[in-house]
Amino acid sequence: MTELSELSQSTEAHAHSHHVIAVRTYVIIYVVLMLLLVATVAASSLPLGSGAHLFVAMTIAAIKAVLIVLFFMHVYYSAPLTWVIAGGSLVWLGLLLVFLLADYISRGWLQILGK
Amino acid sequence: MHTSSTSTMPDEGTQVLSSHFDDLEQQHLSSNLGMWFFLVNEVMFFSGLIGAYFVYRTLSPEAFKLACHHMDWKVGFFNTLVLLTSSLTMAMAVRATQTRNRRGVVLNLIYTAVLGTAFLGIKASEYKTEIDHHLFPGAHFRVPGEDAEALRAVSLGPDGQLDQAKYAENLGHFQMMFVLYFFMTGVHAFHMIIGIAIVLIFAVLMQIKWFSGYGEAQTEALGLYWHFVDVVWVFLYPLLYLIE
Repeated sequence: MTELSELSQSTEAHAHSHHVIAVRTYVIIYVVLMLLLVATVAASSLPLGSGAHLFVAMTIAAIKAVLIVLFFMHVYYSAPLTWVIAGGSLVWLGLLLVFLLADYISRGWLQILGK
Repeated sequence: MHTSSTSTMPDEGTQVLSSHFDDLEQQHLSSNLGMWFFLVNEVMFFSGLIGAYFVYRTLSPEAFKLACHHMDWKVGFFNTLVLLTSSLTMAMAVRATQTRNRRGVVLNLIYTAVLGTAFLGIKASEYKTEIDHHLFPGAHFRVPGEDAEALRAVSLGPDGQLDQAKYAENLGHFQMMFVLYFFMTGVHAFHMIIGIAIVLIFAVLMQIKWFSGYGEAQTEALGLYWHFVDVVWVFLYPLLYLIE
């Protein structure tokens, strides 16, 4: 790893923030993403209910998103603050969807033309 | 006299440290955090649309299923493949900045832009097919005959007769699926266009050594944006192409 040693010349912390991920790791993640893509298509033709299909598709998409975020976007190797911001987006997302859908589930629809 | 806090004359191959940062690591972290804060906003933006999609799909699952069958899942599959590959090349470009391989950075940025453009080209051909079939929402929108028949069959009231209001709602939601489809993929494509433009600008800037060092922080922030756009598509693909 001569490439890495060149980078870690200043401090240990500096080297940590510029963790160079092996090409092999990127390729493995890429192959896994491809397999999950095939899995999504395959799952869509399984004899499941409509709700189960949506759940399976969203679960696979979430796994793919997590892999991209952790490895392609380097969050796995990043400072705790980056984890907090990235994870925080899930909190906001949760608030948005929970309150939005709670409203639609618990209230009737207004009679708006062409809704 | 060179000091660590202010540096206008960078060492060859290291990034310029702005005076308001302690060290390059802090500067790099701040740059990444800035992009992440922006991406959190973007998550909310796309999630609102996906939330709208969930609501309408729950109201008229049949209409969404029929509308979805007008999207070619094979084309979408290929496009997803193209976009995931572009994410790999973008990751390799960011890696090349870390290994100080300028040629590698420029080449991988160009691969990324080419793959991104291919994605948009394929998307445009899909749009053309759909518009030709009168599936673009608006005055020229037409629910295809067999779909209207199928929706009529699922719009029966409790007495077994056609419930006109329900039928009209199903027809409306059939069109709503295309509103959501064009809006979500359109906004996604808009993000791609911006991304490709910046990727190409970065390729030129890297080539002329415009960035201090190897543009590590700048390229990584661009990479974060590109991967985010990829993540959005990862969700859009099953939602828009794969309803069974």
